[in-house]
Amino acid sequence: MPDLPPSRPASAARTRPDSDLHLVGVSKTFGSFTAVDDLNLTVPQGSFFALLGASGCGKTTTLRMVAGLEEPTAGRVLLGEDDVTRLRPYKRPVNTVFQSYALFPHLNIFDNVAFGLRRRGERDLKGQVERMLKLVELDGFGSRRPAQLSGGQQQRVALARALINQPQVLLLDEPLGALDLKLRRQMQVELKRIQTEVGITFVHVTHDQEEAMTMADTVAVMNAGHIEQLGAPTVMYEFPETAFVANFLGQSNLLPVEVDGPDGEDIAVRGAAGRFALPRTRCRVTSGPAFLGVRPEKLHLAATPDAVPAGHQSLGGIVTDSSYMGVSTQYLVRIPTGDELTVFAPNSGVAAPLAVASEVVMYWRPTHAFLLARTAGP
Amino acid sequence: MSALGHLAGGGPVAEAAPLKRRKTLPYLLLLPGLLWLTFFFVIPAVQLFATSLYDPSGSLETGYAMTWQFSNYSDAIGEYAGHFLRSLGYALLTTAFSLLLGYPLAYAIALKGGRFKNILLICVIAPFFTSFLIRTLAWKVILSDGGPVVSVLNWLHVPLPDGRLLATAPAVVAGLVYNFLPFMVLPLYASLEKLDPRLLEAASDLYARPVSRFTRVALPLSMPGVVAGTLLTFIPAAGDYINAQLLGTTRQYMIGNVIQSKFLRIGDYPSAAALSFVLMAGILVLVTVYVRRAGTEEVL
Repeated sequence: MPDLPPSRPASAARTRPDSDLHLVGVSKTFGSFTAVDDLNLTVPQGSFFALLGASGCGKTTTLRMVAGLEEPTAGRVLLGEDDVTRLRPYKRPVNTVFQSYALFPHLNIFDNVAFGLRRRGERDLKGQVERMLKLVELDGFGSRRPAQLSGGQQQRVALARALINQPQVLLLDEPLGALDLKLRRQMQVELKRIQTEVGITFVHVTHDQEEAMTMADTVAVMNAGHIEQLGAPTVMYEFPETAFVANFLGQSNLLPVEVDGPDGEDIAVRGAAGRFALPRTRCRVTSGPAFLGVRPEKLHLAATPDAVPAGHQSLGGIVTDSSYMGVSTQYLVRIPTGDELTVFAPNSGVAAPLAVASEVVMYWRPTHAFLLARTAGP
Repeated sequence: MSALGHLAGGGPVAEAAPLKRRKTLPYLLLLPGLLWLTFFFVIPAVQLFATSLYDPSGSLETGYAMTWQFSNYSDAIGEYAGHFLRSLGYALLTTAFSLLLGYPLAYAIALKGGRFKNILLICVIAPFFTSFLIRTLAWKVILSDGGPVVSVLNWLHVPLPDGRLLATAPAVVAGLVYNFLPFMVLPLYASLEKLDPRLLEAASDLYARPVSRFTRVALPLSMPGVVAGTLLTFIPAAGDYINAQLLGTTRQYMIGNVIQSKFLRIGDYPSAAALSFVLMAGILVLVTVYVRRAGTEEVL
């Protein structure tokens, strides 16, 4: 994995030599179902780490094993050098923000936030609780009941209740899932701000790729119990490793091709749609069956082949669908092989909108394309 | 008549009907219950209260005279204070033992029962398939001098008063606990079933050890069930007389036994009615104080 500089502000809760979270060969099976399959993962201390995947991919199970709410079938969970694999949840320096918040309905906000400190026998907690409520902008709400708060406020109470314990790792299980879109965007910024402020390692589980990319330093895309790819959001998006990642993080146009071989600094490929080339540094494979991928926003449209600027590669087709999306227009363009490619054209007012059934030429920079291994199927 | 018209719902006023029906419907639904309570509770209660103030020198044959005999009450309390206290003590013990037995049972069924939940619940209410009297008579056999329980206790060298269980206070309380346990378990189950297991996980995550997880989260959240269960156990246990009669002796008699014998055997209606009213009032006061203290509305 890429060596990330851990963002560790002066206010870091704990400064241990090694407080990274390690998962070593962790597996979890439920009966005959394998939820997590031989997972190896290191989350550097102080980083904002996102586990991204569709529901049922094992991301929540992974989180629960770190929290101690689920015991791994095999493998070890380490916090720094401490093996916590079999440690009961109440003995781990780890706290969770639950998906449904799981606030205690019989306690007011103050007592909810103070719960963890009280269980550890802390006395002088009034100041701490009030500081924490201030951090999540809920000062003055201490005497209310969870049911009297809105979803966004409850979410922040859940965050405060976990953060006040200054855990080594804070686990967030789809914490924004129940919020509406606008509030979710707002909370994403908020969470990121708080994480930078407290410097605690955040492990955030989500199925929302935009959420993962906005907030996390490192994103791990999970699929069927294992990690498909792990890295910085920009790397993941610009140069995905697998077709799954290419389609899960945003959209991708993937054309099935065969690798012809090296051509100077480039790799030449050939498919039903034609011959193309792209820089060797943009290739995950250099032989055999492959996918040539281009992101929809990296495709540009021209009326005729003559209008394609130099240094680009192009592909002709017919517009089959156009949907206006405000900031951009999404076109579906069918190429002669029958495949349909998606093109996002910015509505910057430069080009006139294209009518359905009009002939267009799509073009892209070879450095914007990427080549992935194609294992089975088109 | 108008009620029938609303129920029929048709006719020339059909358009205005829905709104009107919505307003009257709750009262219509209340009506059967209210009628029932009026005829079989309010009127008899008033009648009973009147009886409690009759001249005690009368009899069923000669009839009773209304003399506003409030001394019936002071006499009843003075003479039977011991029975009242014993009833209260037995009922409290019964409630406490039922709670101690019933809570773990309800907890296990609600949170660990899995797919056996319903079967386990049926097991809890299965005793109701037999009559109260038969079940208590069966306990008489179980606790009898040569019975299995006494034999086991003798074998274990557990000292028993006079070497027997039957006809002792523990036997009466045991019978009461057995008979009223389902009334404790069912409301407890209902409130524990609603307990979100994620709250228990959250408590563990927030450093609560199993004991404080129970006392700080599970127990407070199941308080409505505890209150309902203790009331449903305490109230009938305080007024019970079958268990004391079949499993005890006159030395274990509760206030229910006194009332029963005064009504049915001696025929002293005024003092029986006065005792009934004292029992009712006493329970009402205790229950009110208890519910206030338990503060169930806080929990909900």
